[in-house]
Parts: sequence; structure tokens; C-alpha cells
Amino acid sequence: MMSTTDWTFNIYRFNPETDQKPTIKSYELQGVDSEMMLLDALLAIKKQDPTLGFRKSCREGVCGSDGMNVDGVNRLSCVTRLSELNNPVEIRPLPGLPVIRDLIIDMEQFYKQYRAVKPYLIGAEPEPEVERLQTPAQRDLLDGLYECILCGCCSTACPSFWWNPDKFLGPAALLQASRFIEDSRDEATHVRLDQLDDAYKLFRCHTIMSCVQVCPKQLNPTRAIGRIKERMVQNKL
Amino acid sequence: MSLIRRRFDALIIGAGGGGLRASLQLSRAEANVAVVSKVFPTRSHTVAAQGGVNAALANVLPDNWHWHMFDTVKGSDYLGDQDAIEYMCRVAPKLVYELEHYGVPFSRLDNGKIYQRAFGGQSQNFGEKQAARTCAAADRTGHAMLHALYQQNIRAKTHFFDEYFATDLIKNEEGAVLGAIVVSIQTGEAMLIEARTTLLATGGAGQIYRTNSNALINTGDGLGMVLRAGIPLQDMEFIQFHPTGIAGIGMLITEGCRGEGGYLVNGDGERFMERYAPNAKDLASRDVVSRSIYLEVKEGRGCGPNKDYVLLKLDHLGADTIMKRLPGIRQSCLTFLGIDPIETPIPVYPTAHYCMGGIPTNRKGEVVMPVKDTPEEPVPGLYAAGECACVSVHGGNRLGGNSLLDIIVFGRAAANEMIEHMKENRYRLPMNEASVEKAMDRLHRWDRKGEGETVDGLKEDLKKAMEDYCGVYRTQELLDKGVEEIGKIRDRLPNVYINDFSRTFNTARIEALELENLVEVAMCTVVSAAARQESRGAHSRVDFPKREDQQWMKHSLYFSEGDRMDYKPVRTKPLTVDSFPPKERVY
Repeated sequence: MMSTTDWTFNIYRFNPETDQKPTIKSYELQGVDSEMMLLDALLAIKKQDPTLGFRKSCREGVCGSDGMNVDGVNRLSCVTRLSELNNPVEIRPLPGLPVIRDLIIDMEQFYKQYRAVKPYLIGAEPEPEVERLQTPAQRDLLDGLYECILCGCCSTACPSFWWNPDKFLGPAALLQASRFIEDSRDEATHVRLDQLDDAYKLFRCHTIMSCVQVCPKQLNPTRAIGRIKERMVQNKL
Repeated sequence: MSLIRRRFDALIIGAGGGGLRASLQLSRAEANVAVVSKVFPTRSHTVAAQGGVNAALANVLPDNWHWHMFDTVKGSDYLGDQDAIEYMCRVAPKLVYELEHYGVPFSRLDNGKIYQRAFGGQSQNFGEKQAARTCAAADRTGHAMLHALYQQNIRAKTHFFDEYFATDLIKNEEGAVLGAIVVSIQTGEAMLIEARTTLLATGGAGQIYRTNSNALINTGDGLGMVLRAGIPLQDMEFIQFHPTGIAGIGMLITEGCRGEGGYLVNGDGERFMERYAPNAKDLASRDVVSRSIYLEVKEGRGCGPNKDYVLLKLDHLGADTIMKRLPGIRQSCLTFLGIDPIETPIPVYPTAHYCMGGIPTNRKGEVVMPVKDTPEEPVPGLYAAGECACVSVHGGNRLGGNSLLDIIVFGRAAANEMIEHMKENRYRLPMNEASVEKAMDRLHRWDRKGEGETVDGLKEDLKKAMEDYCGVYRTQELLDKGVEEIGKIRDRLPNVYINDFSRTFNTARIEALELENLVEVAMCTVVSAAARQESRGAHSRVDFPKREDQQWMKHSLYFSEGDRMDYKPVRTKPLTVDSFPPKERVY
């Protein structure tokens, strides 16, 4: 059933050129359908105030642009219904990384950790002239790993990542590491496991599981991290 | 303000599948390559492609590239260039294997080979039984490809300028392209990237329509840049309406649903595609299925309280197939409709999806335009690939699964040609400061302060007008009105102002620059459509219901100066095989 209500949005605003410190600005949308997605609400607010900054692209939860902290939880605005939220809605940038402006964060540290796990298939050379074979069972091991959209919701919800963003790789990068460790076509498994065997990179995960709670693709980085640890033990035997 | 200047061998604008396939080729050839993208690469719209990529691997049913070629030519309604189509279909298997080697997690068959599914417009043996040619990674093939291509670019150490917006090409007096002006979205600083070769891979412009399947970033930026540089756009009247967008929202529901055995029903519960396409039924070409849905609804046989959509039934496929082959679709239905397609049919209606037209190129990816008596003279230094380009392999109507193929085939081909060009032209041409100045003036226009219309207001009017006057079915009257209305909107553009002049991540300024591109592309589309008095592929004229090969088997070229139309012949001669002469197109 469509129910229309007035909604209030308290949004974090910060423009480094004019603001000493961030402020919270309130916006009203009157008579909106509560089944509306939060991204559509933000676009309506941006019509009132075009200076409001946030990233956006696909509108359907596959590009990972619009991660933000909503009522204290990291979410993608395009797949979040207003009816799931409190009224007023509290919207802040994803926590733990520097804010560039308003809801836009600087994700370079996050991408750096992603690149650090060598997130690419290292296959045997020479490449065959056709596809490498992979059984459906081997391919199934990649389900739950390859679907990551790099939105950053998980890593920026992780207290260990907040504490050591430069040393602990964080759930997103570790999920990627697992995606290649588990791939039967990858030849660098041992190297990958050796590189992760460090007091910080992997082992700062304290299975708090915030990452699992917030992942908009319902992926489970904690399980992937556990799997890496098992593989590490097997690797040493 | 001083302008930052950087020099590269190759500049690639756009980091979707086409741009990234090209940059990978160039980086591996040790060219110094810069990729400029207005979003972080994995946010590009390739990520949203679902169903798969076509290649005649014959993993599931017998197949060969020549059948693929026939289907593509027929699907194009004989407007596709057969040399380019032959090239694409021949090289497809090799390039899909290459994607597999890059790490794309394709779904697998029991024998370990790449899984392939049936898609619309595919046949065995030149129009006989249904083929299964679409290589898939569940229903997330675009995501899988884009991420793998980005990852291999990380490995190849490609240089990325993430969140930089390209505004204009820089040309010299002789028409050679010398690079582009780009703006850092994060800092607002403009930069001149000088490049010996420039590739446009900026994707489509679905945002000219109100209901579309496209990302918000698909604003035709490369198309606008090309028009402003005096280069025409080709076949822009051919806009693909995908048959199955989520009704009312436009979000894509993959053709793979029908490939896996799903079918459409109308308000009477009838499988109506049996009437429109007795053989291929629900797997007829997209233009055919979209028109059928439109007519069912128009004639009162729609579903729902307002009878304004039809239903896509998957509930007979079983939970296993849906969970395994269509998990992303199920998730979208749960999120946006609150229904589970395992149990409930999906309400669908055609949605603006793809531009068959674009920047005219040859099969090597060189941008070509008429110069004096030559219809296809390369523009020195400029290349295009992917949805923004018109090679033309899609002609009047693209087959599903040929878009992901197009981007890897022609991204790679363009890169190879760029490498050749740089071998033959070892010296950098001198910069043309007048062209730089002109581009900077245009950029500074948005620093003006004043009162007038808003970017959003004009954009809404534009999208509404395109929907009203240039939709699935068209008439001269509607299109003429469309030209008039879009013309008025274009005239209002100088009266649009923004109120945010900050430098840091100024999204208002970026959206204003995008609006300029949207207006150019919309005008080009409607003018091209008003001129073509026949029905072919996705261009359906109620007043000219037949295809007219004598008069109209030719490519349209639109020049923005004076909204002028020109035409050039279709390349009907393939590279090695006999050409497929035009025939009546039935499915």
C-alpha cells in the first residue's frame, strides 16, 4: 500500500572552502511515498538545494557509488526504502575515511588496500587457445566473493579498519583476496597466503561481523576471512 | 588561472568495458596511456549488463561465427556494415576466451566449459532453430567483465584519472585531434591532456529519456564533444527500447530470463508473442518484442489495475534455475517490487536502453567523416569504441549479447590501430592554443552568476519531450513537434544558471555540463528520426510502416551546425564471405 507522509532528513554538510567544521542541515519532503528509495529522496532534495554533494550512478545497487551512513548504518541509498528508516532520517558520510565534501568521502585508502591484495587472476602461462576448464563445483566457490561492488560499506563499518586503515586490509580487500585464493584457475595461491600472513593485514579481524551486517549484496567477508585462515593452516602443513 | 598540462601517448575517455579493454591493450604494448573517467572505473555502466556476451563457442548447441554474422545482419535490419560484422563475429570466440583468461568468473557447464544461454534473434544455420550463443556469468556478466578488465589494468599499471570529467576535444586547424580538456571533479581544476591518439569510450545517452534502463551517468558526453568538434553522429534515430524494463521504473530485467525459458503474457493470460513471432516467440529481436508489448497495452490487453504493463513469467522455471542463473534479477525484483519471481510474474514494459547510433567509425575504430568527395575520411588522432561509437555492427537494432561483445572487440581494435598510428607518426603535433582557449571559455560559462532556469528543470522538460515525441512508435507530426520542442529547450540553455561556484566536488557544475551534452544528443536524435521516412529496426514509423531499401538503406549523418543531415552508403560487402542481401525480416 502506498502511504504518503512528510519526511525530514538531517544531512551532514561540509564544504572545505567555506566551512570550519561540518554542520547538520535539515530538509523536508512533503507528501512523499514512503516506499520511495532514499536515492530518489536525495535527488528531490538536491532539486531544492543543488549544492548538496553525493555520488550516484546506476540506481540499482550494482555500481557501488552511493554508500552512506543512514540512521547509523552503512547503506546504499538506491536500494534503501524510506519505510525502513526512522523519520527524521539521519544521513552522514561513510565513517572512518576523510570527507571531501558533504556525503562524499575520499576512498583512496580503501582502494589502496584493494590493490594491495593483487586483485587479478594470475593464471598459468602459456594461456591455452580456448577457455581453462573449471567444474561447476569449483566455480561455485566463487559465489559470494566475486559479486563485491567496492562500495566500501563493509570496511568503513569495521572498527579494526577505523583503527588501522593503513595496516589492516579490511573486509572488502580480504574478500577480494579470498576470491582469487579460491579460484581454481589462479596459480599464485601460496604467494597470496604468504603475503597475508602478517600481524595486521589479516589478523586484525576480530570477527566483530559489522561487515556482514551492512553488506548491501548480502556477502559475508567474515566467512571469507575465516576461509583464508583455514587455507593458511593447510598451506603450512 | 593557469592550466595544468600533461602529455601521454594515448588518452582514453571513459572507463567502461570499451575503454578498459583498449587501455589494457595499450598498456601491455608499453604505451604511455591515461584513462580519464568521471566515475571510479567499476562504477561505469558496463557493470549493469546482465545477460552475457555473444560468441559462437558451440559449447551447448552447434554454432559458428557465420551464423552469428547472419543473425547480426538480420537483427540490424540490414543497416549494419557487413565488413565490421564479419570481423566482430569471427574474432568473438578468441576474445571471450581471453576474457576467461583475464579471470572473468563465467558460469560453467558440467564439462567445465563456459556456460552459454539462448538469447533473442539467435539461430542455427542461417535462420533455423534457436542457438545458444550468449556466454554468461550468472546474470552479472557485465559486472564480472568490468571488474576483471579493471583488475588486469591494475596489473598492467595503466594510469587512471578517476573522477575527471572531459569537456571538449582539442583540434588543430587541419582537423587533427590533439587531446582534450578535462576537469578534476574533486578539485575543480582544469587540465589539458595532450595525446597523440585519443579514444572516446563514453557510452550511451539513455538519460535523454524519462524512463530508461541506464545509469544516471549515461549522458552522452563523448557524443556532445564530437558534435561540438564539428564531427557528425551516425544513425542516431535508432534507439533501442528494451522490452523488459521493470514497469514504471525502467530498470533492466535481462533477456536472459526469456533465454532461460521465461515468457510474456498479457492481461488475458495469453502468450501473445506467439502471434507476433510464431517461430522465435519470446526470443524474437528486441525491437519486435518491444513493439508487441506496446501494442498489447495500447489495445487494452495490458495487466494490472491500469492495464499498462505485461507480465514476464518465470515461476515455472523452478527455484534452482532462478537462484543459479538469475540471482541478480531475483534480488532486483525483491528490492524494487517486493515480489519473488520464483512465485510471482514480473510486471514489465519497454524502457529506453541503448543507442545503436553514435560516432561514425570504421572497423579499426578510427573516427571517420565525409571530407569533400570521400564519405569516410579518418579524423587524425581520434578513435571511438563501444556504445558511443557507430561502427556500425548494430545497424537499426542491436541483438542482446552483442553489446558486451562490441566493447571488447572494438576497444581492442581501436587500441591496435592507435598503436599503429603512433608507430607511423612518431612526432607530436604542435598544440593549438586557440582551440584550448575556446574550450576553456565554454567551461567558464558556468561561472556566470545570475537568475534564470535550473539544470534540473530543463532536464525534466527535455526527457519528457523525448518520451512524448520520439518513443517506440513515431509519426512525422510527432517528430516535427519534437524537433520544435527540443529546439525550444536548446534555446533556453543560455538562460540556465547554477548557484554553486565552489571548486571542491561541485556536482552542480558537472550536471550542468552533462545537460549541455544531453541537449545536443536529444536534438540530434529527433532531427535524424524526423528525416528517416521508413520503418527499420527500432525506428518504427506509423506513417511509413515499410522498410524502403531503395531509398533508405543508408546511414544517417547529423551535423549540429544548422541541424544538417547527410547520408552515406551501408557497407554491404563483408571481408571474405558473400554478402547477405536484404530480405523481409520475420522471426
